[in-house]
Amino acid sequence: MAENKFFAEDGREIVLKADHLCIQFGGLKAVDDVNIEIKQGELYGLIGPNGAGKTTVFNLLTGVYKPTAGRFFLCGEDLTGKAPADVNKKGIARTFQNIRLFNNLTVIENVMVGLSNQIPCSVPESIFRLPRHRKSEREYYERALELLRVFKLDEYKDYLAANLPYGKQRKLEIARAMATNPKLLLLDEPAAGMNPNETQELMDVITFIREKFNITILLIEHDMRLVGGICEKLTVLNFGTVLASGATAEVLSDPEVVKAYIGE
Amino acid sequence: MDFITALINGLSSGGTYAMIAIGYTMVYGIAKMLNFAHGDVIMVGGYAMYVTLLALGHPLIAVLAAVIFCIILGVTIERFAYRPLRGASPLAVLITAIGVSYLLQSLAQIIFGSSPKMPLQLQISGAVKLGALSVDYSTILTITVTVVVMAILSLFVKYSKTGRAMVAVSEDRDAALLMGINTNAIITITFAIGSALAAIAGYMMLCKAPSLSNTLGAMPGIKAFTAAVIGGIGSIPGAMLGGLLLGIVESISYSIPAIAPYTDAVEFSILIIVLLVKPSGILGKARREKV
Repeated sequence: MAENKFFAEDGREIVLKADHLCIQFGGLKAVDDVNIEIKQGELYGLIGPNGAGKTTVFNLLTGVYKPTAGRFFLCGEDLTGKAPADVNKKGIARTFQNIRLFNNLTVIENVMVGLSNQIPCSVPESIFRLPRHRKSEREYYERALELLRVFKLDEYKDYLAANLPYGKQRKLEIARAMATNPKLLLLDEPAAGMNPNETQELMDVITFIREKFNITILLIEHDMRLVGGICEKLTVLNFGTVLASGATAEVLSDPEVVKAYIGE
Repeated sequence: MDFITALINGLSSGGTYAMIAIGYTMVYGIAKMLNFAHGDVIMVGGYAMYVTLLALGHPLIAVLAAVIFCIILGVTIERFAYRPLRGASPLAVLITAIGVSYLLQSLAQIIFGSSPKMPLQLQISGAVKLGALSVDYSTILTITVTVVVMAILSLFVKYSKTGRAMVAVSEDRDAALLMGINTNAIITITFAIGSALAAIAGYMMLCKAPSLSNTLGAMPGIKAFTAAVIGGIGSIPGAMLGGLLLGIVESISYSIPAIAPYTDAVEFSILIIVLLVKPSGILGKARREKV
């Protein structure tokens, strides 16, 4: 596969390039001509009023929807039209606006599901419990535990995911996404429904994993304190189109953006 | 003593039901469909044993051949009959499954005729005497096989990456997909496991009563489905429990002359009672609808 990596003017690699993405549902253009470029290690925000098409952009970038026009590239590789499981294997992981953990699995098992593609072991090997099965299971467990420690969830490892407090469930969802070893992490309203303390804790976690894993993050958020506090760049969507794009401070003071959010 | 004999025999036939019920319940939990052709896989496995016996003559090879043949059959049915309907209405899938069931039964009748075959080499006769108690070798074998298979399956589902992926897919297929789980592969594996268990269940039936016709799987299929619903469909321990319970009830009912003729009615009444008391089945989880 020919990979043409894209580079920004300052020489940093462009991890995600969304090129004129469009999707139409019947007569409705839910997302219309969206261009986003995110550089390696950047924390990028996607904001906009309700119904602006933010989650639809996420669904396009994870292969849930196929764009009616436009393409997107991860580190130069065209992933347009790939199935969600393959997009994930290539390196895009996400969390969900309404938490979607595997509730009947324990905390550590949720992370182990995320690790599924990292450690090989075939079905017959598992059924007959051959040596490689034991070895891989131990490795799954240890790597999952390591991730849980990073997220300070290790003391809850044997809880059922459903029994975790809300803020911890959000953290676990991020841990599970990180387990798939992504290059780009998509966070869909990670602070939704959190109290200010939990939001602050979440901001710390995001900053921390960004440094620790050197990962690129695109996040959807309504909490302006969080967006203003940690995002370097923003794209504002309104009615499916890009209203403004650029450095956070500039975008947030853009009169058009203020108008879309607060009204005149 | 009669009661203990009935109990032991019940464990044996219950094990057979449990084995079949697991196939129903796993497919329901993971692929969200009722595979009504599952019972007929048992029957096809029976004929596979019969043919292998004619050709090679050894019962163990016959069972192995049947397991392999049923796995191929189950995976093929899923690939060509059910997968194209993924996302279609549940009724379309249900009627397709019933269609596949009739197809298998009719094909077997066309190929092997309608008079029952008697693969006598599969039969295990004789019994152990423990004081006044007499237990058939076949009963001991079926109970042992049931225990071993269920232990392996439980360990597999709880402690393997594929097992965890199965639980994940059954809970939230889309989220699993977005975590990089190949859901089609997981569903294929589910059908393979269910079909292998169906083949083993077929052998457990034939080693007691070696009479093979194209409707061999029909009644056990319905009973096992009942067992899966009693236990809580979608739950593997539920299917095990439901199967054993149904087998024991059946066997005890047979041992009491006054109600023996009504055994089927007794079994299905239990289904009705369980559904009235706990609609989600004994170990089933009640699904709360979000409003």
